[in-house]
Amino acid sequence: MFDTPYFASLSTLALGAVTGLVFGFLLQRGGATRYTVILNQFLLRDFTVLKIMLTGMIVGGVGVYAMLQLGMIEHLHVKGATLLANALGGLIFGAGMAIAGYCPGSGVAAIGDGSRHAIFSVLGMIVGAGVYAETQPWMAKHVLPVLDEGRITLSSATGLSPWWFMIAMAVVAAAGFVALERWERTRHAPAAT
Amino acid sequence: MRNPLRIPRWSPYVVGAGIGMLSWATFLFMDKALGASTSFVQASGAALSVVAPEHVKANPYYARLLVGRPVVEWQMALVLMLAVGAFLSARLSGVRFVEHVPDLWARRFGPSRAKRYTFAFLGGVVLLFGARLADGCTSGHAISGGLQLAVSSWVFLIAMFVSGVAVATLMFRGKGANRV
Repeated sequence: MFDTPYFASLSTLALGAVTGLVFGFLLQRGGATRYTVILNQFLLRDFTVLKIMLTGMIVGGVGVYAMLQLGMIEHLHVKGATLLANALGGLIFGAGMAIAGYCPGSGVAAIGDGSRHAIFSVLGMIVGAGVYAETQPWMAKHVLPVLDEGRITLSSATGLSPWWFMIAMAVVAAAGFVALERWERTRHAPAAT
Repeated sequence: MRNPLRIPRWSPYVVGAGIGMLSWATFLFMDKALGASTSFVQASGAALSVVAPEHVKANPYYARLLVGRPVVEWQMALVLMLAVGAFLSARLSGVRFVEHVPDLWARRFGPSRAKRYTFAFLGGVVLLFGARLADGCTSGHAISGGLQLAVSSWVFLIAMFVSGVAVATLMFRGKGANRV
């Protein structure tokens, strides 16, 4: 943006836009743009969010690792394991998400879905990003180097094939989903919204 | 058979599978992984540069994302279109939904819009700070990172869920915490 154009190439923007359009559509259809659905996940009353996330991970992971193995894609996009920062950031994120009722993606989508308070969440998120940018030099010195393991995966860290983890994830998730569906049917009423 | 576009709520498994397949497309055709929170840094840096451009350029974290790079790039287009995609989905389903204060919140904390907006804002500040410290959010870490089996993402995912459950439970404990 400084000394360069403000916009990426039209094709890049078009691909991002189509991705966002589909992603936003799916989040809304799944109920993940609703405060009540997200809060009831954290209150362990409605497992919609977890079902979406785990199914997405398994379907996505099988395809991505298959494409990698077939040489259709050249590399992954693994984020660095700066473990203290990942853990602390996760704890802070979860707290903020329970208060706001949205995460960044679902918050923006929620505005399109008709949630007015999500507008304030998204404004807060922009401010939060600014607050982090101001503290980042300190974090880079004191927090990010702690337990910095590089761009490792469960597979690279253990030496096991990624397929073992995919199978384990699929089996655990399938068993969990069956149990959840049974539990939801036996409760007096499924969670609304 | 009913037109699926008119069914207001799809099975979470169908939606999850759709998001997983969307990830295939981003990896295969765009050499990208789904993410959202980086765009918020660019948005805040761009806003701040209106009044303090030198400050933004001098901050290495902003500079890495903004100097010599367009501010509206792939992920920013994605994030902006999330709202449009959700809007279209809501419209096609034919269900009208406008929410200022969720019932679940109102039963516990009262019907005040100002109060809900304040906490929505503050929660947003906190969660994006956490996302940037962790280097990702529910999209970039939990979904994209989780599916790649990234250690960073699984640590984030577990921490986020533990904290979210703890804080939500504390917030909604006791009186007024009726099921909605």
